[in-house]
Amino acid sequence: MSTNSHEHSEPLFRISKRTGISAPKAWIIRGIALLMALVVSGLVIFAIVKLNPTKVYIAMFEGAFGTPKRSWVTIRDTMMMLCIAIGLAPAFKMRFWNIGAEGQILMGGIATAACMIYGGKAALPTPLLFALMLVTSVAAGAVWGMIPGVFKARWNTNETLFTLMMNYVAIQLTSFCVSKWENPYGSNSVGIINQLTQKGWFPAIFGQPYTLNVIIVMALTVAMFIYLKYSKHGYEIAVVGDSENTARYAGISVRKVYVRTMALSGAICGIAGFLAVSGASHTISTSTAGGRGFTAIIVAWLAKFNTFVMILISFLLIFLEKGAIEIASRYNLNDYASQIITGIILFFILGSEFFINYKVNFRRRHN
Amino acid sequence: MKELISLFTSAIVFGSVILFGATGEILTEKSGNLNLGVPGIMYLGGIAGLVSAFFYEASAAHPVPFVAVLISLLCAFAAAALGGLIFSFLTISLRANQNVTGLTLTIFGSGVANFFGGSLNKLAGGVGQISVSVASSGYRAVTPLSKMGPVGELLFSYGFLAYLAVIVAIAVQLFLNRSRAGLNLRAVGENPGTADAAGIDVTKNKYLATCIGAGISGLGGLYYVMDYTKGTWANDGTIEGLGWLAVALVIFATWRSVNAIWGAYLFGLLFWVYLYIPGLARSTIELFKMLPYLVTIAVLIIVSLRNRKENQPPASLGLAYFREER
Repeated sequence: MSTNSHEHSEPLFRISKRTGISAPKAWIIRGIALLMALVVSGLVIFAIVKLNPTKVYIAMFEGAFGTPKRSWVTIRDTMMMLCIAIGLAPAFKMRFWNIGAEGQILMGGIATAACMIYGGKAALPTPLLFALMLVTSVAAGAVWGMIPGVFKARWNTNETLFTLMMNYVAIQLTSFCVSKWENPYGSNSVGIINQLTQKGWFPAIFGQPYTLNVIIVMALTVAMFIYLKYSKHGYEIAVVGDSENTARYAGISVRKVYVRTMALSGAICGIAGFLAVSGASHTISTSTAGGRGFTAIIVAWLAKFNTFVMILISFLLIFLEKGAIEIASRYNLNDYASQIITGIILFFILGSEFFINYKVNFRRRHN
Repeated sequence: MKELISLFTSAIVFGSVILFGATGEILTEKSGNLNLGVPGIMYLGGIAGLVSAFFYEASAAHPVPFVAVLISLLCAFAAAALGGLIFSFLTISLRANQNVTGLTLTIFGSGVANFFGGSLNKLAGGVGQISVSVASSGYRAVTPLSKMGPVGELLFSYGFLAYLAVIVAIAVQLFLNRSRAGLNLRAVGENPGTADAAGIDVTKNKYLATCIGAGISGLGGLYYVMDYTKGTWANDGTIEGLGWLAVALVIFATWRSVNAIWGAYLFGLLFWVYLYIPGLARSTIELFKMLPYLVTIAVLIIVSLRNRKENQPPASLGLAYFREER
């Protein structure tokens, strides 16, 4: 009886930081979060279309892999998402909030489309055209990333908002180019570029049009993994991300690291724009980036900048997107269902990080 | 003259949307929470207002504008505040990263809004796009003062939400700078550790500021749907763009909601000015539409160059607070 007053003063639970967690245990927690998210999304879908949730997930699977063509589109879009996430990884590891991937992708896309249109007219030889597309899209993305990087390095200008605004400047630039290049006149769209000649389109390899996308992005995945983990630059990025003061004390030129890393980040996003235009849609519009620059931030963040984990997460998100689009089209609803499901799943995964980093200790019973 | 007045009125209508968004976000950021979910929250507010008005108009035999307005206003505020609650729970209680959570909230909110906005009529068994004329007429009702020539048109030709936006912005400014609760809230945003030591409930302050701030931001979406697009829905992503502009306006106003009032109208002017410059090619118009964003970038740079103490963001903006980690 005398312990009663003690019991009341102790809260129901208290939270303490975990000193370390084994990798399997962490993955179990993430798995549980994912499972809960799927259950909640299933309930949401059930509430809307009154369809048995397990059937929903079967239909979603068919949406993503029902036919070989669908599987390839799923792979292509996974690669696109992965490419952007790889581009964002170095910036975010440096704790530089590059929200500007959308703009950097669009700049790369504009550069690629310009090469395709003007290079196609000038009848450039294909290897030269490809080299030109790659170089200009990398340069365009890099410049777009570097501008906020330089201001952050020099005057500590808030990069989150700077990069965000750069997105809209790039979107307007895209609209400007679209109205310059529109085809046919008055359609307010560029249409499929070089539809007849297929100039500047990715060639089919092994009979598949998207093989080259996979090769490029896989090469980037490995290269970025090595760059971040084993190179001197990667180490500098990690130190600057942890503590700017430590970096300065260790003799790292923080300004240089900021500018260099943002150029790299923008450049890879520029390549993503190159892939989107030359390797996928063969056109350019303000929706070429389509919000993927934002989603990829979450991919990079959740993967803790490990590019191989990013493959998994990008794949999961694209799978859900394709699946939800399938459900939506079967029930005559619109595609935005996929964003709802993506949102729910991300909420759960974000929340699960807490249980990986912290431990919840419940009040012990005293009897 | 007539053209000039119509430029100013459309600027004020445009500005009111982002003024709500920015005022709510200022309240949120003053508590140290950087909520990048503003576009999603505005989406949630807009769609909740639309859906609730839709069901009211569909169920009532003779829908009354006043009731429709009241219901949709409450639902919009509640839905947006709920978005804020998700954000608060994840970032304050579960200490998730604020930027990432905010972006997720934007994805989620835009998904919910565009999904229901696009298919609500179909789900309810109708055809075509959703439209709520009664509620919208209630929102767009004006007093006879608006007929008093140019001045009346310039000052009194707006629905009541446009005036509410100004009132809320002033109220938030007074609350933050002239009340004890506001002082506590600012303390939490500047240094939660010190605030905690002084006996201020950090968690409660952050939760309340974020949820109420989100509710206010959500009214921007409601105003857009009910007044700007006259009670209809379009899946064109405009609200998202406006939401980011609202985030930009917070910086532009250097975290003072009274500054946000004229800032919002200025953004509106910059956004519409191309309509009033004769002889622009369509491609040039697209370049003109960059103006609000370029101006924001310029302000960002100038603020960072001058580096004045009173123009800086709250010191702990974007950081989670965990008492045991000090």
